Amino acid sequence: MSIETELADLVGGLPDGMTEDVALGTGLADGYDLYESAIGHVAVTFNPKGVSSVDIADKAFEDRFVDRFGRKLIRAEPPSAWGRHIPAAIEAGRPGKLPVDLRSVTTFQADVLHRTATIPKGEVRPYAWLAHEVDRPGAVRAAGSAVARNPIPLIIPCHRVVRTDGHIGNYSLGGPGIKHDLLEHEGAHPDWLEGLASKHIRLQGNTSTKIYCHPTCHAIRRSKPENVVDFRSLDEAKNSGFRACELCRPC
Amino acid sequence: MMKEIGHALASDLDGAFPTVVEEMGTKIYWGLRRLSGNHQEAEDLTQETFIRAYQALSGYDRARIRGMNLQPWMWTIALNLGRNHLRDRSRRPTYVELIETGKPDPELPDGQAWDRRLSHLNGHQKTAVVLRHVVGMGIGDIAESTGRPEGTVKADIHRGLARLKQIIEEEA
Repeated sequence: MSIETELADLVGGLPDGMTEDVALGTGLADGYDLYESAIGHVAVTFNPKGVSSVDIADKAFEDRFVDRFGRKLIRAEPPSAWGRHIPAAIEAGRPGKLPVDLRSVTTFQADVLHRTATIPKGEVRPYAWLAHEVDRPGAVRAAGSAVARNPIPLIIPCHRVVRTDGHIGNYSLGGPGIKHDLLEHEGAHPDWLEGLASKHIRLQGNTSTKIYCHPTCHAIRRSKPENVVDFRSLDEAKNSGFRACELCRPC
Repeated sequence: MMKEIGHALASDLDGAFPTVVEEMGTKIYWGLRRLSGNHQEAEDLTQETFIRAYQALSGYDRARIRGMNLQPWMWTIALNLGRNHLRDRSRRPTYVELIETGKPDPELPDGQAWDRRLSHLNGHQKTAVVLRHVVGMGIGDIAESTGRPEGTVKADIHRGLARLKQIIEEEA
């Protein structure tokens, strides 16, 4: 056999996993892995641009992903540059060092979600606050649908956004019961919040500092209970000579 | 075949790209395997070549993709990556990758013997011989991939084969 023929025979098969690794590396498919969370096992999906979704790890989550994002899903390891931050981001309810891929939503919706990610653990904010924070105070309903479309729940903590009347409201990742449990887990006292909402209390002020806050703001929560007063509206707080907290920026 | 792939890529990059991997991946991997003499490195380089190719193609318009000579273009990327890879392996970007499941090394029975023989050739000769006879590229395409004149490529192949023949005779 000639050298040329022998050299031509030195071609075997495509190595195992090559097609999948290229699909993952190009972002034509997303990878996923399973993680622990306060509400049980969740599937986190990711691609070179960042974390793309979080969902309950049930039998149908792959189908839901393909339906919504139109990409394939392959069990994989996240990029070593940031993959190790995923468990901490789930626990903290904050992206932190994790890049997030929000290409599946509009620019406005992405703005709302980035703002949602700044709500501290143990606190909640109403939809109207989000609309105000992204400089679209009239777009309360649109802010609501942005939150409902959040592809990355838990890490972008949309469970910390409540109805403008103060009631806990619905939750995309398993309904209001799950939202209640998550808030309880984070120390936001959902039953107490529901109680305030039924009494139409939206804000609370500190009589010694004359500052009013969202009821879960850590500034008001640190106040002595005897100094705390309830307000039903912004006007009521302002007319009583109080000014807005600069930390939670009530609106 | 390459022309058809080029047309498919031009009209639907995302849809056609997996086919490119299936059609071209085998030869790119086995070419890189003989050039590097290492499974892990050849696998990394093949994956990275396709990812860079995809990223580049994403920025090209349809006419440009349709007019491309895909195989030498891919090998230009692969050979460049191979050079940089040797220089600094730690600079390799991190990708989303399959969970390590101990993917088997698909080495051929004669592979190691050929790696030993090829290691006696200089870099240009080895590249030219592998691209010509393992990958099966034409002289013009090799010249394009390596950036060397056709006459030089021909001489590299000729000298490389002569050296291999001599090595095999010495083995006997």
